[in-house]
Amino acid sequence: MSTIITHVKGAIYLYITNQNNYQMKKIVILGAGMAGTVMTNKLFRILNKDLWEITVVDKDESHYYQPGFLFIPFGIYNPEDVVKPKKEFIPQGVNFILNEVQKVVPENNQVILKGGVILSYDILVVATGTVPVPEETEGLKGDLWYKDIFDFYTYEGTTQLAKKLENWKGGKLVINLAETLIKCPVAPLEFTFLADAYFTEKGIRDKVEIFYVTPLSGAFTKPKATAMLNKLMEEKNINVIPDFYLQRVDNERKVIVSYDEKEVPFDLLVSVPVNKGDQMVEESNLGDEDGLNFIPTDKNTLQSKKYNNMFVIGDATNVPASKAGSVAHFEADILTENILNYINGQPFEGSFDGHANCFIETGYGKATLIDFNYTTEPLPGKFPFAKIGPMDLLKVTRANHMGKLAFKWVYWHLLLTGKKLPVSTNMSMTGKLVETEN
Amino acid sequence: METVVLTLDQVEVNSEGYLKNVNDWSPELAREIAAKENIQLTEKHFEVLNWLRTKQAEGVQLSIRKIGNSGIVDIKQFYALFPGGPLKVSSKIAGIPKPASCI
Repeated sequence: MSTIITHVKGAIYLYITNQNNYQMKKIVILGAGMAGTVMTNKLFRILNKDLWEITVVDKDESHYYQPGFLFIPFGIYNPEDVVKPKKEFIPQGVNFILNEVQKVVPENNQVILKGGVILSYDILVVATGTVPVPEETEGLKGDLWYKDIFDFYTYEGTTQLAKKLENWKGGKLVINLAETLIKCPVAPLEFTFLADAYFTEKGIRDKVEIFYVTPLSGAFTKPKATAMLNKLMEEKNINVIPDFYLQRVDNERKVIVSYDEKEVPFDLLVSVPVNKGDQMVEESNLGDEDGLNFIPTDKNTLQSKKYNNMFVIGDATNVPASKAGSVAHFEADILTENILNYINGQPFEGSFDGHANCFIETGYGKATLIDFNYTTEPLPGKFPFAKIGPMDLLKVTRANHMGKLAFKWVYWHLLLTGKKLPVSTNMSMTGKLVETEN
Repeated sequence: METVVLTLDQVEVNSEGYLKNVNDWSPELAREIAAKENIQLTEKHFEVLNWLRTKQAEGVQLSIRKIGNSGIVDIKQFYALFPGGPLKVSSKIAGIPKPASCI
């Protein structure tokens, strides 16, 4: 018998193994996007390498800095600024398999890859994310797709849109969210603000009418942020059309039509299509009742609601938090702790609070910032330090924009490889201004 | 025990008109709330309302899409039954809290 000591977060975990009957245990991580890559690095750092074998599977060899997709249509970033090989961020000693996951068979603790390769696991981490699926909406991926209709949440969509905008002479620009549940819910707002600035700087803003068409009741959901963002929309002469739930796109008449037959005409439609979890979730029958392939997950522990040795992180879960990189990053801290607890047969100590932290670009080299969780809506104040900031919450400032730009460096150099950032995992009230309720 | 059916002026509602206590609800109260929304409730409405109440009690996060997949109504019918913002309106009539969006 020997004792293995693992350090995490200042605590010491002890566990005992019988070396005479020694067998490597296996952690399989599905997906090497942001969440999967951070988890890989964190687990690799803390787990005993003589005991645990880590395998990561992804079908795509390129890692995209997805927050950068927003800037490509406006020429602020070039496509090559946002892509690097995934393997650069996977530590040596981890098995990296470039293949497609066909399905998970949790009853057998197995993952089946394309071509029939079977991986068995002791612990499974699902980090397969979400993708826009324009095919879910009638007519969205029709004759006008990548001619007058574009998405910007994919590398292809955003680069095609950049080419379109270069020569576009103006008309009705419609930004539409097909669903309420989308990745990075502030990105469509940012796109809209950046488009306003882009056309103004190009000298054709008077030829462009901008419509923000959303299934929500306003620009955003939480009251204080919505009030602030609705005001910005008004100042920038952007028409907000709320409560519009997209049913179909009429390519011939160039109108979008809602379920209650409201119509909005467009010359250029920038769509945020329905977002779905990975197809393998459907194949494995792991999704929830929405039918969008998101996996029922405990919102605090991040354990699957159905299988004890399955954990889910990032956009793949159905937890009621934003589908955003910051959320995945905070979840990774919690999940690392909980996986260690699970291995050691202890109760879960990590509890995720739904913390999200999002910059919102507002154009002209400025941005605003929101910081919130499951129970606290975005509030005004300073971030991350009280009084000194340097960033301001719910205020449009240059410092916030600089923060957003600096984040690209942080992402590639610190975040992906699981290094500690100066932002607390669970949301902090430090610096936030709380009004007493009337 | 006799069940007391409360009327709208006897129950607590929030500033947007949603019941503060789901247990105050009754079909009669639902009709009263619906009338304020200019909706006359049919059996189909009640099927949807009961489904919403059951799911809410199970802790399910409600969405228009989920109702569309419920087998009771499709999304178009749901809009026809509860015009405008159907999830918000139907939740109010079902006596459950306004559905929270996760963002």
